[in-house]
Order: sequence, then C-alpha cells, then structure tokens
Amino acid sequence: MSDVLSVRGLTVTVRDKTLVSDVDLTVGPGERVGLIGESGSGKSLTALSVLGLLPEDVVAAGSVQLTGVDHELIGADERRMSRVRGRHLAMVFQEPMTALNPTMRVGDQIAEAMLIHRTVPGRRAARAAAVELLGRVQLPRETMRAYPHQLSGGQRQRIVLALALANDPALLICDEPTTALDVTVQALVLDLIVKGVVARSSALLFITHDLAVVATVCERVLVMYGGRVVESGPVEEVFTRPRHRYTEGLLAASDLETNERRLTTIPGNVPPAGQFPSGCVFRNRCRHATDVCSTAPSWTGTASTGFACHHPAEVTTHA
Amino acid sequence: MPEIREHIPAAHQPDAEPAIKLIDVVRNYTRPRTSLLRSAPAVHALRGVNLEVKQGERFGIVGESGCGKSTLLRIIAALDRASSGHVIVEGTDITHLPERRLRFLRENLQLVFQDPMSSLDPRMRVRDIIAEPLVVQGHPASGQRVRELLEAVGLSADAGDRYPHQFSGGQRQRISIARALAPRPRILVADEPVSALDVSVRAQVLNLISDLVDELNLTLVFVSHDLSVVKHVCDRVAVMNAGQIVETGYTGDVYAAPQHPYTQRLVSAIPTLHRALSGATTTDLLATKGEPA
Amino acid sequence: MRRLNPSLIAGGVIVGLIVVMALVSFVWTPYDATLVNPAVRLAKPSWEHWFGTDKFGRDVLSQIMVGSRTTLFVGVVAVGVAAVIGVPLGILAAMSRRWAHELIMRTNDLLLAFPALLLAIMFGAVFGASTLTAMIAIGIASVPSFARVIRSGALQVMRTEYVLAARAAGRQPFPIAVRHVLPNVTSLITVQASVSFAIAVLAEAALSFLGYGTPPPTPSWGRMLQESQEFLFSAPRLAIFPGVAIAIAVLGFNLLGDGLRDRFDPKLEDRR
Repeated sequence: MSDVLSVRGLTVTVRDKTLVSDVDLTVGPGERVGLIGESGSGKSLTALSVLGLLPEDVVAAGSVQLTGVDHELIGADERRMSRVRGRHLAMVFQEPMTALNPTMRVGDQIAEAMLIHRTVPGRRAARAAAVELLGRVQLPRETMRAYPHQLSGGQRQRIVLALALANDPALLICDEPTTALDVTVQALVLDLIVKGVVARSSALLFITHDLAVVATVCERVLVMYGGRVVESGPVEEVFTRPRHRYTEGLLAASDLETNERRLTTIPGNVPPAGQFPSGCVFRNRCRHATDVCSTAPSWTGTASTGFACHHPAEVTTHA
Repeated sequence: MPEIREHIPAAHQPDAEPAIKLIDVVRNYTRPRTSLLRSAPAVHALRGVNLEVKQGERFGIVGESGCGKSTLLRIIAALDRASSGHVIVEGTDITHLPERRLRFLRENLQLVFQDPMSSLDPRMRVRDIIAEPLVVQGHPASGQRVRELLEAVGLSADAGDRYPHQFSGGQRQRISIARALAPRPRILVADEPVSALDVSVRAQVLNLISDLVDELNLTLVFVSHDLSVVKHVCDRVAVMNAGQIVETGYTGDVYAAPQHPYTQRLVSAIPTLHRALSGATTTDLLATKGEPA
Repeated sequence: MRRLNPSLIAGGVIVGLIVVMALVSFVWTPYDATLVNPAVRLAKPSWEHWFGTDKFGRDVLSQIMVGSRTTLFVGVVAVGVAAVIGVPLGILAAMSRRWAHELIMRTNDLLLAFPALLLAIMFGAVFGASTLTAMIAIGIASVPSFARVIRSGALQVMRTEYVLAARAAGRQPFPIAVRHVLPNVTSLITVQASVSFAIAVLAEAALSFLGYGTPPPTPSWGRMLQESQEFLFSAPRLAIFPGVAIAIAVLGFNLLGDGLRDRFDPKLEDRR
C-alpha cells in the first residue's frame, strides 16, 4: 500500500541558518500521525514546506510526494500548488480568524471552497453540501449566514475544519489547531477532527507541542527537536518506552501526575531557532552527553520506528 | 508611618486571619456604547464571589477564558475595584481604600504575569526592572539585593546588565519572579505563569515557584486555565465559570471526584497521557466524568 | 555597538548638511543675502553667482543658505510646540478615566478638524505676520495629531503587564508615565516629530507664499518660491532651487525619523 504523504530528506534553510534538517516522514492511508516539538523544533516549518507556504526567504529542499498528485510538491509553482491545496491537501491552523475571510458569510466560503475545485456540480449543490458540512461539525444551518466575527473561537475553528474537509482531501494537516481554545472547546474540536478524517478515510498529520493531545488523537508520533526528527514510532511505544534522551526528558518534564513535589526537568533553555549545537542537537541539555555526541547520531531502527541517539535509554526502564 | 500600622490590626494573630478573603464580590463593567439608540451593554465579570485563602496556603483558581479569573485577580491586587462586596487582605478591608493607603498591600502582595514578552519593560535593564518595587517603596535598591534575587531565581549576576529581549521565555519568567520577590512579599499571585512556556522549561519554572514559596513561607494564589498544572502546584482550588466560583476543594478531591457539572465537564476534557495510553479517545474527552461516552 | 541603518545615515547627512549650511550662513555667505543689486537682475548661474540671481539681483545661493535658518527655526518651533503640548496630552488621555479621556480626545478632534493654515492666518492677522507667530500656530495645529498618535501608543503601553506590575508595586501614575510610558513611546514621538517637521517646513513655505509667513526681507525658501512665480517660464531656476531645497529638507527629516525609530527600538538591536 503506498503512502499518502511521503517526505524525504526535507531541509529548510533561511540564509545561512538551517532550521529543518533531513526530515523523513510518511503518512499511510487513513493513518493519524502526530508531529510533536517545542518552539524552534521545526515542526511548523515542516508542515508549511509540505503545503508550499514557506515565507519568501525560507527555502525548502528534498522531496515531498502526495498521493493523487503526479508532481513533486517541493518547488512546484503557485499555480500547481493551488490546485493541490484545498483539494488533495487541506489545513487547519492555530488562529481560525486569519483563515477565514472576514467580509464573506461562512456559508458562501464553504460553498466556494467546493466550487473552486469543481467537486460539486453547481452553486445549489454546493450550498446544500455546505449545510451538511456544518452539520458534521455540529453547527446549525443558520451559521451559513453568519460572518466570522459573529462566532466564537471554537465555532470559527469548526468552520475552518468544515472548509478543510469540504473536498474530502487525502491528507489533513492540523498545526496546533486547539492551542488557542479552551479545554472544553478543545475536546469538541479534537473529536470533530478525528471523526472527520475517519469518516472520509483521510490521513491526518497533527502538529502540536502537547503530548497528551497527540497521544489521544494519533496512532503514530514523530518527536522533533532542533529541526530534526529525534524519535518516531507508535504512540504507545514512544510514550511508554522512549529511547531518545530528549523524548525521555520531555515525558518526565510534562508528567504533572507525579506525586513528587518537584517535577523532573530538562536543564537549560530551548535555543533560538538555528542556534542548536552541531552533532546531536540535544547534547547541550543532555545529562548523558559525551564527546561522541558532537557527531550526528545515525538513525537506529526502521523508517517508521526508531531514534537517533548515541546513548539511548534502556528498553526496560518502564514496566 | 502610623497611618499604615493602624490598618494591620491582625498582624499579631496570623493563624486566625486568612491571607485573602472575598465576600460576595461583584464586578460589572459597562462597555462603550455601540449604538446611539440602545443603552451601553453591561458585562457581569464577577457575580458574587466568596473566597478564603489561608496564610501559607497554595491556592489555585481555575477557569476558561472569560470566566472572570483575571478580573478577580486584579481586584485582589487592588488594581481594579469591586462594584460591591468586600475584599479583605491580611485583615484589612481594601475594597474602598484609596491608593495612598494601600502601601502595605503594594509591599506584601506581588504579581507574576503570563506573558513573558509584555511583563518586562523592554527599555529597562534587568537590574532596574528588579529594583523597581524597592525604589518605589523607598528601600535602598542595592546591587547586592538585586544579585541575591537573580541568584535566587537561578540567573547569573551579569544578567542584570542586559535587556529583557536578550532572554528566552523561561528566563524572562524568572526575572518576573525576581521582581515580584524584591520587596519580600508575603503573598505571591501568579497569573498563568507557565502557559506561554515550552514544556521542557515549564517544569523548571513550576519547581522554582514551588521552592520559593516553601523557602520564603509565601501564600500562593495561582491562576490558570490548566487544572493539571494547578493540581500539581496547589493544595486547594476554586473552579470559576461565568463569573462565579462553582466549586472549591482540595485539588486532589476536585480532580478525582468533581461535584459541579461544569467541573465534571472540565476535568474530563483534559487530555492526559495516562488516560490516552489506557485507550481514551477524543470522544471520551467529551463524556462527563463517571458516565460512559 | 548598534548598527547604523541606511535611512539613519542618509537622513542624518541631509539634516546635518542643512544645519551646517545654516551655521555657516551666520559667518559667511557669498553675498549679503538681502543686498539688492539691479545691475545683475535675473542673472543665470555663473562663477560669480552659482545659483544665479533673482529679480532684485539678490544672490540665490546666499538666500538659500540664510533661508535654511528660517527652515530649521520653523521646524524646531512648530515641532517643539506640538510635542510639548501633544505628548503630555496624549499620555494624559491614555491614563485618564473614561470621561476625562473622552473630553480630551473629543476636544482634540475638534482642533484636528480646524485647518492649520487658517489658524496660522488668523494668528498672523491678530498678532502680526512673523515667522514665530506662524510657527506657533502651525505647532498648535499639529498638537492634535501628536496627541492622537501618542495616545494610541500610550494606551498600548498601559495595557502591558509591566505597567500592571509597576502599579502592583505601588508606582504612582506620574512616575509610571515618566518611567514606563514615555520611554516606550519615544519611537512614536520621533516619527511623528519628523512628519510634523516636514509638514511645518511645507506650511512655512505655503504661508510665506501667501504672504502670512516670514515677512521680507528675511530670506525664506517659501517666499523665494512665491517671488519666483512671475518668472516660472522665463527663469524656472528661481522656483527650482528653493523647491528642491524644501523637498530635500522634508525628505531628510522623514529619513531621519525612520532611521531613529529603527535605532531606538531595542527589539531590533540584535537583528541583522
């Protein structure tokens, strides 16, 4: 079975700085994959590279292939990309207000999304489909006539989701879709995202800093730090038996369930983007780092499950 | 200053006096008129809040955006005034005290804010930022004290010469904490102090707050939208919704067995690694605690 | 060391040249700028008169040099008056309660609606036409735009958490205004000052052109422009020299304002 999304050797640079380095990433049909990382990890740049939406002076190299699209996405011109975006590939970003046109009624925006790609026969059919899509994200029919500013943040994000799913894309990319939302609203939006992709057998690439959200939403996870994928594998595997020392530290630091008064910490701060150390990007904060860490660790394991660490955690650390 | 002393009558009986007490606090705002014909719309930010924070307690306030927790915090710090009700800090009713009579509060209650970008004046050097509360209150702002404070929050002494933008988010939050501790307050109010931080830095800042509260015997009021953070830091918690406190209790109890329907919804909506790894799905986040999805 | 940016350098050089020209004019000019010499009326540029002479035979270069004094004087007075009243007013409005805020800003709007040149002409009529009265009028007319810009910047500063922290530490309103608000609106002040400076220079030119500005015989670029109009076709250079001088001065102050804004912003310091 061929992959829906296949990213090979993706490297993103801005002038002399490398922000993303040699990222491999695949998403299978109907698979839900999480991309996790902190600020400067390059997770959002990876998503933007796939979408072809990098800022002007930022350059991507490598290969991005999407099922149903017969050309390479890296370096594809805007005209070809606009035929892919919204049709084969859809996205939901953190800030729903910027994704919606403030001067257009939301119903018209959803209908237009389908008319652009001619996935419905006509205006009437598009409006009917839009009403149905709104129903799927649990918004009443009257929402069709609303303007974005008349809706709450959660409602707007549901509209964006309805827009993204309008053309049954093969892949949905969500970049921190619920970070700006309240917890109870987040729960609803997450559920709608998962139900939406499951109903369409779409694949999902879910980008966030929140480990618990990834664990709830995704089946497989990639951990990014300093522009590199440091570990990947099934969610249960990575989150219960982490091998890379960064993953291990991150899991410990985010464990608020602990009965200890003090939390386990990772020393130091996340360096600014492009200023991570050479070799292993984590070595300046790692308690296990030795001289060998100044050379880049090679990937251990298979393409979909593995890690890149000179001093990996023992497999038996957790029961 | 005799004028100040007469307002802290309870200083000799610290055990009996709650650090902060709110009695039926209401805060209404009027929005600017949007229409000439209609009257100005009113916003009921707080609808009768009762609250008691004991001396030395770590007290959490949890709620979602717009629930009134920020208004509540400002009223406790006398940065905003209640429309009705009473706010009593260390035995003194501050509800209607004019600014010039609030000196004891300005010394004893300090704040740490959410946004590490906007909470430090970009045009001041770190040492001036930290010394500001001392200067205001007429204490000698010695370089020694500033170095002490920098060290207490885990920053090097030369950090004082630099400007806020030269620090990362976590370091800036440490500077904020140092400033708050400068006048040796007894109450520390933290407004979402870790919400803007990376996970790997969040733990450091939470530990720092925790350690300092222990070492300096502070009363901590910790405001957050994140019940799991509050659960880790605080002994007791008040859950706010729509301008009211809907539930108060020990954090462990509220988390494990929420009583109010809103708290139940809130608790079950929090995704946790533990639940996810034991098979919880997004649909389970929507289920009210105790009921199957 | 902070890096200098191109607009700061260009603006600084232009404004610097104008200042030097004004200073030099106090001790030396090729000719007496007010010396009427009918023998060389409307002379073309030559070695004796680099920029030529006007209808009275006065040396144009000398007039431009002495006129730069008027230009600088005009800018400093007008911007000074506007800033000294406008900045505190804007900060006061931002820090006041709602009704006081409304009162200040609505009064401000009223003034804003009043044409600057009309105010200057009224001042000229009442107090007698002079550069100083014209520029005080232009300065007063520039107060509302200053107050408006500073108010919106000060409102943003007042909403920051560092002001909240200062209040929580017991800082009184006046020290907050001086220590926190003012330093954080300086970039707005410099930008607004350079814009107002440019407007004032233009307004002086316009007023002198209309006869309400600098009275003769004091040389002024604006009046030179006015006096040149009857020769617009026969001797266009008489309009071009002061016109270009005004344009360069306005450009210089705008560039300087942009450059200062970038330089004063500590957040931009580390960017390359």
